[in-house]
Amino acid sequence: MIPALLAVAPALPLDEAGKYVAGAFVVFVAVIVIYVAIMATKLQRMSRELHELNAAVEARERGERARAEAAKR
Amino acid sequence: MYGKGLRALSLATFAALTATFALVFFYAPLDADQGFIQKIFYVHVPVAIVTLCAYVVGAVFAALHLRTRDRRWDLRSYVVIHIALIFNILGLLTGAIWAKASWGHWWVWDEPTLVSFLIVFLLFATYQPLRFSIEDPERQARYASVFAIMAGAFVPLNFIAVRTATAYVHPRVLASAEGGLPGSMAFVFVVAIVAMTLLFALLVSYEIAAKQTKWQLRALRRRLLGSDAVAPLGRSAAPSLGEPSRGGSATRAPRNPAEAAS
Repeated sequence: MIPALLAVAPALPLDEAGKYVAGAFVVFVAVIVIYVAIMATKLQRMSRELHELNAAVEARERGERARAEAAKR
Repeated sequence: MYGKGLRALSLATFAALTATFALVFFYAPLDADQGFIQKIFYVHVPVAIVTLCAYVVGAVFAALHLRTRDRRWDLRSYVVIHIALIFNILGLLTGAIWAKASWGHWWVWDEPTLVSFLIVFLLFATYQPLRFSIEDPERQARYASVFAIMAGAFVPLNFIAVRTATAYVHPRVLASAEGGLPGSMAFVFVVAIVAMTLLFALLVSYEIAAKQTKWQLRALRRRLLGSDAVAPLGRSAAPSLGEPSRGGSATRAPRNPAEAAS
């Protein structure tokens, strides 16, 4: 679909100005991508912490089950 | 559930940014004076406008914090100013590229619009160090709110001062004596402003959701494993939602997602 769209799109006059325009748009996209990468790192950290909490809850539940079974016996 | 509506907002932002880029390159006519370089305008100016508006919004949130003493307004004010600073850097960088392309210099010191935008950036760049310098969360939030209000009030005053300055060479965008932008350019410009506003709102929402989730995780860890399992908070510029440590008075953390979202 993209090649078809590019085929019908008018040619861009990418002379001397092209590199500056490209630079401005690349800076814009780069800053957003860097921000998303930082957010991804934070998300990873939170995911790891959540994993630890899940493991702690599971360990606690296992302990409670074991105590309940021991009490039954 | 902190990120309620994030998916719709993300999709809307993606669609708006894609539409903006397509319109900029394939619909908006070439400027008779500057030619292709003028395409930078559709990124630089909307980013600058959203930045300045965001600082004012941050000041309004800070005023709401002082009025209600609700720490969540402080969080919103902090995040809005934080993202506005990123947009401000983006505005300065794209502006410098545009200046180099059209004037032959990366920076022009005798141009009031550029210098005033830099002053606003430097003013708000002191917001984070100010927060960081105050350890007590209650005082930190209060002082930061006062600063945000004062600095936010400076933004429109600065804008008016620059507008009334006579010796400027910076291009005026809207409602100039020459009649402003032609219709097709104005349309693309409005779409670009909508896209940048959506992007800003999206980044703010992500940041607030991340911060609230982080605090909720800390609260959960404390409830499950006890206070010893939670690492003590170090000094931070970021607002704390409900921490009894760091020497200040405690504010209750949201107990459920609905309360946090409200």
